[in-house]
Amino acid sequence: MATAHHRRAASTDVTPSMKRISTEAFGFDEARHLLWRAGFGGTPQQIQALASMGPERAVEYIVEYDNIPYESVNSSDFDKDIMRPPTQAERQAYARARRENDEEAVARVRAMRQERQRSDRRQVAQMQNWWLKRLIETPRPLEEKMTLFWHGHFATSYRTIEDSYHMFMQNQLFRDNATGNYGELMYNIIRDPAMIAYLDNNDSRKDKPNENLARELMELFSLGEGNYTERDIKEGARALTGYTFQDDEFVFQERNHDDGVKRILGKRGRLDGDGFVTAILENRDCSRYMATKLYRFFVGDYPTGATEADEAAKRVISDIASNLLRSRYELRPVLTRLFESEHFYSGAVRNEKIKSPAELVVGTIRSLLTPTRDLGVLSDAMNLMGQDLFFPPSVAGWEGGRSWINTSTLFVRQNTTCFLLTGRMPRGYHDESRNDAYSPGPALATLREADPAGAREAERVASYLLKLLIGRDSATYRESLTEFVADNGGRLTDPVITGMILLVSAMPEYQLC
Amino acid sequence: MDLHDSKAYTRRDFIGAGLTLASAAVTVPMFLQRSAYGLPMPELGASSMPGVPEDHILVVVQLAGGNDGLNTVIPFQDDTYHKARPGIGIGDANVLKLGREPVALHPAMEGIKDLYDNGLATVVQGVGYPNPNRSHFTSMDIWHTGDTSAVGNGWLGRYFDNACCGTDPKGQKVPNPMAGIAIGREAPLAMQGRLTKPIGFENTDLFRWTGEDVHSALEDPYHNITRAGEVDEVDPGSTAAFLMRTALDAQVSSDKIRKAVAQQPLVQYPRNALGQQLAMVAAMIRAKLPTRVYYVSLGGFDTHAGQGGVNGQHANLLRTFGSCVKAFQDELKAQQDHERVLTMSFSEFGRRVYQNASGGTDHGAAAPMFLFGPMVDAGVLGRHPSLKDLDSGDLKYNIDFRSVYSAVLQQWLGADPKAILKGSYRPAKVLA
Repeated sequence: MATAHHRRAASTDVTPSMKRISTEAFGFDEARHLLWRAGFGGTPQQIQALASMGPERAVEYIVEYDNIPYESVNSSDFDKDIMRPPTQAERQAYARARRENDEEAVARVRAMRQERQRSDRRQVAQMQNWWLKRLIETPRPLEEKMTLFWHGHFATSYRTIEDSYHMFMQNQLFRDNATGNYGELMYNIIRDPAMIAYLDNNDSRKDKPNENLARELMELFSLGEGNYTERDIKEGARALTGYTFQDDEFVFQERNHDDGVKRILGKRGRLDGDGFVTAILENRDCSRYMATKLYRFFVGDYPTGATEADEAAKRVISDIASNLLRSRYELRPVLTRLFESEHFYSGAVRNEKIKSPAELVVGTIRSLLTPTRDLGVLSDAMNLMGQDLFFPPSVAGWEGGRSWINTSTLFVRQNTTCFLLTGRMPRGYHDESRNDAYSPGPALATLREADPAGAREAERVASYLLKLLIGRDSATYRESLTEFVADNGGRLTDPVITGMILLVSAMPEYQLC
Repeated sequence: MDLHDSKAYTRRDFIGAGLTLASAAVTVPMFLQRSAYGLPMPELGASSMPGVPEDHILVVVQLAGGNDGLNTVIPFQDDTYHKARPGIGIGDANVLKLGREPVALHPAMEGIKDLYDNGLATVVQGVGYPNPNRSHFTSMDIWHTGDTSAVGNGWLGRYFDNACCGTDPKGQKVPNPMAGIAIGREAPLAMQGRLTKPIGFENTDLFRWTGEDVHSALEDPYHNITRAGEVDEVDPGSTAAFLMRTALDAQVSSDKIRKAVAQQPLVQYPRNALGQQLAMVAAMIRAKLPTRVYYVSLGGFDTHAGQGGVNGQHANLLRTFGSCVKAFQDELKAQQDHERVLTMSFSEFGRRVYQNASGGTDHGAAAPMFLFGPMVDAGVLGRHPSLKDLDSGDLKYNIDFRSVYSAVLQQWLGADPKAILKGSYRPAKVLA
């Protein structure tokens, strides 16, 4: 029986150092960590390949993904006209019907509108599957991971805007600028139809400015609460008047724009939306806020309440912030420095972050090469886990961290990995499960190659799987797994190995990366 | 061993395996001390207000899609009603009259009429909020958050955070993992707190590990892995320790809930989804789970076309609602829990006064709510909204829904409504 002094001391293994990790220190565990955090995990072969590159080339491979060929997104993949605004003729016909109390004609128009809304909801569901598939298949994991980051950062929900094509356009904006320039994204987001509709800027005119976009632009997208005044919001809203859209295009309506002098964040002049964004980007609080957001997304929760870890995190966040300023918000150099840093690979940082539902689902498929089985079922499951793509819960995005986990979502998580591995759903097997059996071969490939004899011993395989899947070998878990093998004939057949993997995927720590 | 042979492990085996679960229960106290259940937790005694009984339960019945309030609680004496609804209006001869009230129930609501006649039902008329929103999503979010901007946590979630948490040895708030149980595909926003998240499942088969169905040999190792609680080799402040505690909570909750709902109901429920949901709730209440709020829902109220009158689509929905709630109240009586369970129903909005050209009704505004149980101030509360003085074609509300929430929070759950609802709402007189 272990006693209190066997407990691992809290967070001792953390360094604030931003020095590049040495080649000697960059091994299998570090490469595995990089693949999970900058992407969605990988097979043991991928981890090994990355480890053998050394830290500098490995990080370059992940960050400079433009060198990896991959099919670009085709803008004609989806129907852009489902929610197109009515033509003038249609509007006039409708007005006439209403004037003449032609109830049947009015009802017809309503029925058509409802039908269009229904088909648009179908399209957004297809879009969820499309993005999920891309997340699973991409050879450029950081591109999709950053697209997901921006989706949570500039959170916009289909639920409010009810226009799937605008969500698609926004998604593509995020992908095109995934690791590009944050400032560029800010200038673009105030022109993005989905965002303009979501935060009501389409109703913002100089006689009646709407403050929603101006407020969130500072509070959630750039500066953080407390780093601006109510007056900055009022003046910022004036700067954004007339920024609207027609159909799928941004439109600047000069007659609705207030071109008077404003004073925003200490900057004075006839500022328009771009002037407002520039004033934000020049503010130091912006770099600090974005550094904290990137830190929380890639490194860990902050603050955690553990003094030593928080002190280290604080220093690293300031380093990232100065880097953002130095690079003029170019993200590639900033991410490269972070992913190469000793801090990023600290023991207290690794295996301490709760996988988002996207990381759990996509990562399980990518690291174990399970069948994808059914994108619709997986999108549904992600919704039950609290991450419905294109439907973030609010403009603040997903809170992340421990908020992903409660007793219900934990079962959904365990059952989703069980579905991927076996095809079993809560009420029976998925139709295709027999034709699409999981093979544990790839997961064991590196062990079989390096230690063929060991690959036939239950204890050795158990220990290997634990290191691979939860990043920690534990005597208790090893014992549970070897007992399972012994109770089931003692031979490491494919079903027995799959059973072992299934058990590891149900371990509480499988939720960590 | 064949992991893909579903016959390898059938449902019957699973029920047999339930016996192992029952025997595992002997060891519960030992591992309980490592879960939230081992912490000082105000189980059903969450109340901090003197004089409020501590075993009160709230059951929320959500009627999703926008229930046509005018054909539910019918102003049958008003000519405007009959003129506005020539095809779907309910004639005087058919309505179920409520004593001498100028409003009556739809003929399909015999169950509710019976409860009303026995002093077990309150009809709250014309409930709504300012600047009604006619989008399903937004209006539902407004009812769930208790906030007309439709943002933030749920009103019941805030109640859990506020009044149902325990404290750990460091004095940190720890949510009660079973404070709220929602039956349905998605756990409702209403029950999402900052700290407390509801347990949610469509049926209890989903609130367990499906790996056990894959092969029985996985069951024991799974239990070893997930029921260990926080193991000694991890730092108690770490995320791993948090996950271990939650995994154990999940197992304990799953055992308790599945054991509870495996019991036969004491009365016959109508054979439909709402009946099943309410039967499960009654079973969980009977098993004395430490749960303060249960949530069930019935959908299909978005009757834009062919909603029918005395019979038809809407009548069937109301019959389902009325007969299930009646069976539920009967069962609560039979198991002697009726005094401690308040049931409340709502819908995100009512529908327009005038029927549309498709024999249906479009999205409207104010509508009635119902409260059931011996503790309600039985009768019809408030005036029926005028059918002539309308707000862009819709009924104007007389009672803000948050006044009803306020009464439930303060007088039934013993919580401070001001701390939970943003703003102060005078409690509606819904409880005796």
